[in-house]
Amino acid sequence: MDELLLRELTPAVIGVLARRGVDFATAEDAVQEALIQATETWPDQQPADPKGWLVTVAWRKFLDAHRSDASRRDREQRVAVEPPPGPTEAADDTLQLFFLCAHPSLSPASAVALTLRAVGGLTTRQIAQAYLVPDATMAQRISRAKRTVRDVRFSEPGDLATVLRVLYLIFNEGYTGDVDLAAEAIRLTRQLASMTDDPDDTETAGLLALMLLHHARRPARTRRDGSLVPLAEQDRSRWNTSLIAEGVAVLQTALARDRLGEFQAQAAIAALHADAPRAEETDWPQIVGWYDELLRLTESPVVALNRAVAIGEADGPAAGLAALAKVDPGVPRHTAASAYLHEKAGDIATAARLYADAARCAPNLAERHHLTRQAARISQALRG
Amino acid sequence: MAKYLLLKHYRGAPDAVNNVPMDQWTPQEIEDHVQYMNDFAARLETTGEYVDSQALSPEGTFARYDGEGRPPVTDGPFAETKDLIAGWMVIDVDTYERALELAGELSAAPGAGGNPIHEWLELRPFLSAPPTVTE
Repeated sequence: MDELLLRELTPAVIGVLARRGVDFATAEDAVQEALIQATETWPDQQPADPKGWLVTVAWRKFLDAHRSDASRRDREQRVAVEPPPGPTEAADDTLQLFFLCAHPSLSPASAVALTLRAVGGLTTRQIAQAYLVPDATMAQRISRAKRTVRDVRFSEPGDLATVLRVLYLIFNEGYTGDVDLAAEAIRLTRQLASMTDDPDDTETAGLLALMLLHHARRPARTRRDGSLVPLAEQDRSRWNTSLIAEGVAVLQTALARDRLGEFQAQAAIAALHADAPRAEETDWPQIVGWYDELLRLTESPVVALNRAVAIGEADGPAAGLAALAKVDPGVPRHTAASAYLHEKAGDIATAARLYADAARCAPNLAERHHLTRQAARISQALRG
Repeated sequence: MAKYLLLKHYRGAPDAVNNVPMDQWTPQEIEDHVQYMNDFAARLETTGEYVDSQALSPEGTFARYDGEGRPPVTDGPFAETKDLIAGWMVIDVDTYERALELAGELSAAPGAGGNPIHEWLELRPFLSAPPTVTE
């Protein structure tokens, strides 16, 4: 049985019920029950019209749960008034669902959970496992999220930027458990890109390009023991060249429309890395140029830090350290960047101390191990 | 969302405000204390913030390798001066401020006289998973 098909149909079916006047939370519950029934009966016989089957069963589940005469009369009136949805309406429904699940009244974690559930079609268990919380906790998180957006009209126009932020979050959290969240984020972003026809929107394509270009590197990013390989040391022959080609093509089409945004700028940097057959051939001056654009667009201290490191590569470590001196020292990885540039500048005693300091305040184990190894490597060289 | 550990200490944390040892409470006070902890966990489950909680026996030992072919060496029972963890709760919250707020709530669990203990709880952030986008 095609689990991916079920996930792809989920938002469209919710959308059909929503157009018939069913409130979002109730529609989502009804569709969940229909999906459960599908996983039970489809392996024996998959229906010829899977979407029609899901709509019929979800509608029946809804009726079974809401049998009062008054509401039935209301429903019958609403159904009589709504024309049956054609293919374009189905796309609009899914787009509306994206907006609803990314509504600004939701916290980022709630928006992520609700999007994965209602648009992604993942089960509560799959989402719980991906975020390492118990099933019951995630179920509650999703219920609360649905209550939070209870009063938002289904057809209320939404801000694409909020949806893109949620999809970026899903992608950046990476991949744990049975569901590959990065792949899911790409699938949802592709779906979104195919549905939006806003002529002013280039950032959806920018985000898709960014995801594809980073995803392309994943085969080279982890060793067999699970530890992370820094970009400069990755075996580039393991990078997925078709994902890179697609990412570059999507990015170039977006850039040609001359409405630069932060995702396009980030994607451009990733594309320049992807373009270098070896780390030594990286076009750092162009990368610095893109960091300048990104800084102009975001004024983010994290961007300023990454820019300083890029300047260190393009113009030498002294220039990099000078740029770093202007970055807020409280930015994460500031000490690690300083350690790296000090070593390149030849001040290895300071570099060893800074790497050890950076390891202590590393936000995750992979970075801590990497930084500890650098400190040890230099200390050994100093002793030897 | 970020995960935090809330650690309860039998010993080793600074003295609580309401510092009467549990064996000097009334049975009802003990029951009320346990009920408060259970209610707290249940509430966190409904807010979607609960991950785990465990209570630890006060008995235990330190253990270490003693060389090839030899059994591990133990060093116990724990010295009276040693820091001793009583148990923990793992929460998954949006902000540090929320983690702090919840630590404060848990610290208000009732003790002797039915009054809040104002127990010192240790609050520790988990190290996270590495992000996908690194440059």
